[in-house]
Amino acid sequence: MHVLALDFPPISHLIRWPTIFGSGVWAVNKVVLEEWLAVILVLWFFYSARKGALVPQGAQNLAEAVVDFVRNNIILQTMGSEGLNWTPFLLTLFTFIFVCNIFEVIPVIQMPVNARMALPFFMTMIVYFIYHFVGLREQGIGAYFKNMLFPPGVPKFLYILVSPIELITYFFTRPLSLAVRLFANMLAGHLLLATFAILTATLAASTYVGAVVPGALLVALYGFEVLVAVLQAFIFTILTAVYIGGSMHPAH
Amino acid sequence: MHALLALAAQNPGELQAGLTAVGRGIVYGGAAIGPGIGIGIVVGNAITAMARQPEAAGQAQTTMFLGIAFTEALALFGFVLAFIISG
Repeated sequence: MHVLALDFPPISHLIRWPTIFGSGVWAVNKVVLEEWLAVILVLWFFYSARKGALVPQGAQNLAEAVVDFVRNNIILQTMGSEGLNWTPFLLTLFTFIFVCNIFEVIPVIQMPVNARMALPFFMTMIVYFIYHFVGLREQGIGAYFKNMLFPPGVPKFLYILVSPIELITYFFTRPLSLAVRLFANMLAGHLLLATFAILTATLAASTYVGAVVPGALLVALYGFEVLVAVLQAFIFTILTAVYIGGSMHPAH
Repeated sequence: MHALLALAAQNPGELQAGLTAVGRGIVYGGAAIGPGIGIGIVVGNAITAMARQPEAAGQAQTTMFLGIAFTEALALFGFVLAFIISG
């Protein structure tokens, strides 16, 4: 079934994994199993960090570093101190996306969940409804659309251009780019690693020496993909923070 | 050229597959030009800002990542579009 990446799966299974059990909408394949694993890992991570010891140890230490990172580098930089109420949501988002992404480089798993459009699309839908809901709740329907369509400080005649662009941005481009950015980055990384792995394996089987350069590049790309996994989780979370923050307080 | 056209007339499917591949290459290559230049400008100016005011490096870095993310999205649209194109 090639659930574990112990050998090369057929090339058609590079992204489209076969169903393991279930059928129709409830079909479960490798990617779904990974999603479940990610949920369990995130829950276990925060559960094991719950002790609240004065001198943190182990998982609590790591968890406090992650909370600090989300708090200082994401929320306080973009939303200010009013955004601290959003810490649990953004923290969950960041950790979950990171765990889903890092599966790309974990040996024997090696398939990022976000290389399938389903999960980025679903998370983007959540973010999309949240930032519109927050905007409507904080500003009211009239002021929200007024600030969206007619941002202050723009010359009057330019509104002919600006208003349609802002409308498309808020309702179409933002969710689309948020989902596609995460999806395409992970898909590109997965294809890159798979290509170089196949290249290295083929050259090693035929010439030995020829595999040295692609092999070294493969190792370097592994490091690069770890960076990409962190960065994409960071960017998805910070953009969510920017969108929610922008809905809470209109542009000045 | 005539020989190529004659070959293509024999296997119409192959011509289409080849042109699809060429189209995919053009779509992604074209989509990568602008964002490549754009990311260069964003990062270059962020580095200038960080070098001038090292105490504001953290904020410049956050803004730089935001700028990269917005710019990069265009290239990624091209990447996805290249996959969507089918012969």
